[in-house]
Amino acid sequence: MRVPLSWLAEFVDLAPGITPEDVHAALVSVGLEEEEIHRFELTGPIVVGQVLEFVGEEQTNGKTINWCQVRVAADGELAADGGPAVHGIVCGAHNFVVGDKVVVTLPGAVLPGPFPIAPRKTYGHVSDGMIASARELGLGDEHDGILVLGSLGLDPEIGTDAISLLGLDDTAVEINVTPDRGYAFSIRGVAREYAHATGAAFRDPALSVTADASTVAFPVTIADQAPIRGRVGASVFVTRAVRGVDPTRPSPAWLIARLKLAGIRSISLIVDVTNYVMIELGQPIHGYDLDKLAGGITVRRAEPGEKLVTLDDVTRILNAEDLLITDESGPIGLAGVMGGQSTEIGSATTNVLIEAANFDPVSIARTARRHKLPSEASRRFERGVDPAVAAVAAARVVQLLVELSGGEADGLGSLHDATPDAEPIFLPTGFISGLIGLDYTREEVRTSLAEIGASIEETEIGLNVTAPSWRPDLTDKWTLAEEVARIVGYDRIPSVLPVAPPGRSLTHAQTLRRQVAQTLAATGHTEVLAYPFVAEKSNNLFGLPIGPAVPQIRVANPLDGEAPFLRTSILPGLLQIAHRNRSRGLTDLAVFELGLVFRPVAGIRYGGSVVPPGAVRPSAQLEAELNAGIPPQPLSVAVVLTGSVVRHQPGQPAVAASWQHALAAVQQVALAAGVPITVRQGSHQAMHPGRTAELFVTTDAGTTSVGYAGELLPSIARDADLPAVVAVAEIDLTAVFAEAGAELRATPIATMPAATQDLSLVVDAGVPAGDVLRTLLEGCGPLLDHAELVDDYRGTGVPSGRKSLTFALRFRAPERTLTAAEASDAKLAGVAVAAARFGATLRE
Amino acid sequence: MSAAVDAALAAIDAANDSAALKTVRTEHTGEASPLARLNALMRSVPGNQKAAAGKLLGQARGAVAQAFAAREAAITEAEATAQLAAETIDVTAAASTWKPGARHPLTLLQERVADVFVGMGWEVAEGPELESEWFNFDALNFDEDHPARAMQDTFFIDPPEAHLVLRTHTSPVQLRALLSRELPVYVVAPGRVFRTDELDATHTPVFHQIEGIAVDKGLTMAHLRGTLDHFVQAMFGPEAKVRLRPNYFPFTEPSAELDLWHPTFKDGARWIEWGGCGMVNANVLRSAGIDPEVYSGFAFGVGVERALMFRNDVKDMHDMVEGDVRFSQQYGMTV
Repeated sequence: MRVPLSWLAEFVDLAPGITPEDVHAALVSVGLEEEEIHRFELTGPIVVGQVLEFVGEEQTNGKTINWCQVRVAADGELAADGGPAVHGIVCGAHNFVVGDKVVVTLPGAVLPGPFPIAPRKTYGHVSDGMIASARELGLGDEHDGILVLGSLGLDPEIGTDAISLLGLDDTAVEINVTPDRGYAFSIRGVAREYAHATGAAFRDPALSVTADASTVAFPVTIADQAPIRGRVGASVFVTRAVRGVDPTRPSPAWLIARLKLAGIRSISLIVDVTNYVMIELGQPIHGYDLDKLAGGITVRRAEPGEKLVTLDDVTRILNAEDLLITDESGPIGLAGVMGGQSTEIGSATTNVLIEAANFDPVSIARTARRHKLPSEASRRFERGVDPAVAAVAAARVVQLLVELSGGEADGLGSLHDATPDAEPIFLPTGFISGLIGLDYTREEVRTSLAEIGASIEETEIGLNVTAPSWRPDLTDKWTLAEEVARIVGYDRIPSVLPVAPPGRSLTHAQTLRRQVAQTLAATGHTEVLAYPFVAEKSNNLFGLPIGPAVPQIRVANPLDGEAPFLRTSILPGLLQIAHRNRSRGLTDLAVFELGLVFRPVAGIRYGGSVVPPGAVRPSAQLEAELNAGIPPQPLSVAVVLTGSVVRHQPGQPAVAASWQHALAAVQQVALAAGVPITVRQGSHQAMHPGRTAELFVTTDAGTTSVGYAGELLPSIARDADLPAVVAVAEIDLTAVFAEAGAELRATPIATMPAATQDLSLVVDAGVPAGDVLRTLLEGCGPLLDHAELVDDYRGTGVPSGRKSLTFALRFRAPERTLTAAEASDAKLAGVAVAAARFGATLRE
Repeated sequence: MSAAVDAALAAIDAANDSAALKTVRTEHTGEASPLARLNALMRSVPGNQKAAAGKLLGQARGAVAQAFAAREAAITEAEATAQLAAETIDVTAAASTWKPGARHPLTLLQERVADVFVGMGWEVAEGPELESEWFNFDALNFDEDHPARAMQDTFFIDPPEAHLVLRTHTSPVQLRALLSRELPVYVVAPGRVFRTDELDATHTPVFHQIEGIAVDKGLTMAHLRGTLDHFVQAMFGPEAKVRLRPNYFPFTEPSAELDLWHPTFKDGARWIEWGGCGMVNANVLRSAGIDPEVYSGFAFGVGVERALMFRNDVKDMHDMVEGDVRFSQQYGMTV
């Protein structure tokens, strides 16, 4: 909402010399947020001049220019720029005659652009200033020629300052109106708020016009056959006719300037007046060409499929919920949103019917959204218009039209008002002080509420407060509390720190989540945050479960049509980020992200067609249904490494990122989470078939797969424009954390000496070393303290197709010194199991 | 004897390294050395002169041994020093066997805020990013036809009839906390939220908020202010201040805009719009089955990206969302 200050000053006292910033600050203090300041952005000298004579001179380029002598000051006086009283000016326009009064921008003036005016040589003359068009002055889009002041009905003295004459010295403050304050979409409402903020006297413009009754009834029928949510589409419908409007009369300059500052283009006197009253009082007005109306008006809902050509020349297919204004010819307007073309006010309109109505906010909001037609009118109706101002606004339009257009009110009109009486709100004594935490006196409460226009009835135990007609948002005692708190001032509210009951700190999972991130960062990985929007094929490639068509969720209105799905894996986002970093010359990368992934289960329809109402706790069953309707969103962590993990340096060869580093990251996560993660040879469609590990955690039910680690399939790396070797890992942390937190049963630390023995076993080359190691741990029995793989040898001495795995074994008994023979026996027990399971033989 | 001592002392003095010193030891203190041979002659010294000769010989051997020990210590130290000197490397060119990683400052900042509240006894609550419309809107007093709902620029899930959305704020977590916990409730909810804003220098469709809600008997707007004052001072230092301005939010009544003032923010001391707050709307309490005549509550929400912008002088949202590792690496492990 843009508020021209001259307009505001009509209804509330503004201190002399007040700046737009001061006005903003005052309005902010009562909750109207500041936006921009709007000015005409021009400076003088810009004066009224009279064309004394001009000579048309044809130019070589085919154009004819006029060499004009323009009087800009009285004979014998200096002009406002200090120059002579008559200036010679070159003008390209032809829409004027000798004797016309025009706007002359003299040297030194600056027009919006900024466009500084100076004497300049052109077409063989020195043009000592410029004759301005309305557009050059910032007054409108009109550029058919210069602004002839007579066309605005003006005949000022020569030399008059044109800036103040045309209202170009006005300034508008723009404010952001919150959705609950529809009344602030009017000068009237903002003036009232300004009065609240500053204590300045407020003069209600709604009281300055009397809504006189019509003498001849214009037939209006409200026939809403299908009210939305039980509310009839039109509660108030006022019409008034004005006849004999002179269609050639222009809008006065002050009106054009104010509308322009308010952000509305001047169209014609009749339309300008309806817009003017809308801005002033907040009541949207529609004007019909009375002669184009066929019979009376009926307000009803549309028939499905009915059509209407709106003012913007678009044929609208109507919906049964759309509220229509109709006459005997059919629909003539989308109520409260946009008028129809058939009854439009045109350049020949002389007889006008004014409509000032109050439409149901919900009905208007839905229609405006459905037809994508947000308008000045719909914006106001959606937020609520004062039902009591309709008749006043209609009268104000009539008053202005009679005054400015030469027309007269002939008494034709109508008044339908079915506004229900406002119910008083009971405000118990002490409620507001108890809610705000500040002791308001009874007087403060009463005055604040009276100031916003509420009527108050005192009772023994509190106040019965009836909200003013322009505040439909005041519906309960809490809304009244806000009014009192803001009128008295939020700055008066004290600061008191409440004492929360003792808390339980972070949950274990929250702690682990941080620890995983800290650990990965401390081990060389950099945290990034990718958008969770991906293409379907990325999910099919990386998502779990593995398969050609991973169940996934589509966003109905994505910003990026290429990536409308929610990620089932973090990896696609990380690969994109890796690529972006590489394109910026950062080739050695280790990045990770911790975040939610979206993993719907195939065959389940999520969501529900019915949304329960607000302000009521859903039943336990309904709550369970709501929660079951939301797809699983587990926490996942993924790592991508490419380039070198250690760079080439003096005395240090480079170490290239590989599957080993992906697995190291997995073990770092496992350590941070306190949950062992075991590794088995695995396969994943996006990963290198020979370099993929599937990851498992042990659960009560056995083992659960929690992710993959290894290297990307080189062709996929290539498609992502990445090097052939890209190490990746992704782990389902929700599944891992589910196994975390069990209290450890400590093993006593055995201090007896250990017996160490190496063991070389020959097995088929395809047998995973991890499986052999697990077998030894199992087969060697409790005396085996520790075992690890130290060598994998193939070649001379080992049959082809087999390999020799060497393990370092450490045996220890908890309470005695172990003999070498006991250790050997334990070792051989392990070998026996490995032999049975894998055909392992001892290497000689 | 004195010649032997002189020869031994001279040899000790002449020894320059441990190898030379070893030779000296053999030649001048070993079994074949003159002093050892003199010692062997002691057997033939007459009894009455034995004590005097023994004393002389003992003195002579002591002097040599002492000189030897001193020389040996000096050489050992010199050689150790020389070896250390020889081992010198250019530490500024030393090879690093690891690369530093980093946390993302947006995540770190959320953790810091959470820690302030955990310190006050609050707990951290969480909820899904893909939410039902009921949790995101209806339960929070956003009527389906209210302009405030249309103003939220919501990402809807396909099909729209399923009434699922990407949460437009962390506020649905308020409801989840109220539904699932025993009263009183004091929780903060950090998290990722979504709105259909195109990415530019100051907007991103995916961003982060931290929401707080307290519901208890007798909570007032003064408690809201007290909590915010404590919070901003814990986060930004004792000079930070909070200002409340009237505003409108469907889920609070009264509602306020939360402005933050600090002398050291970029562009100098000034008020910065940081978030919204207010007393929990009675309808929100009712959505959770809480009687607003018995309980009251306050809630607030702030933007994490915005905080990083004014606190750490980040000028462009692109830096926060593009994943350029240089951005996170500026912060390292702390924000």
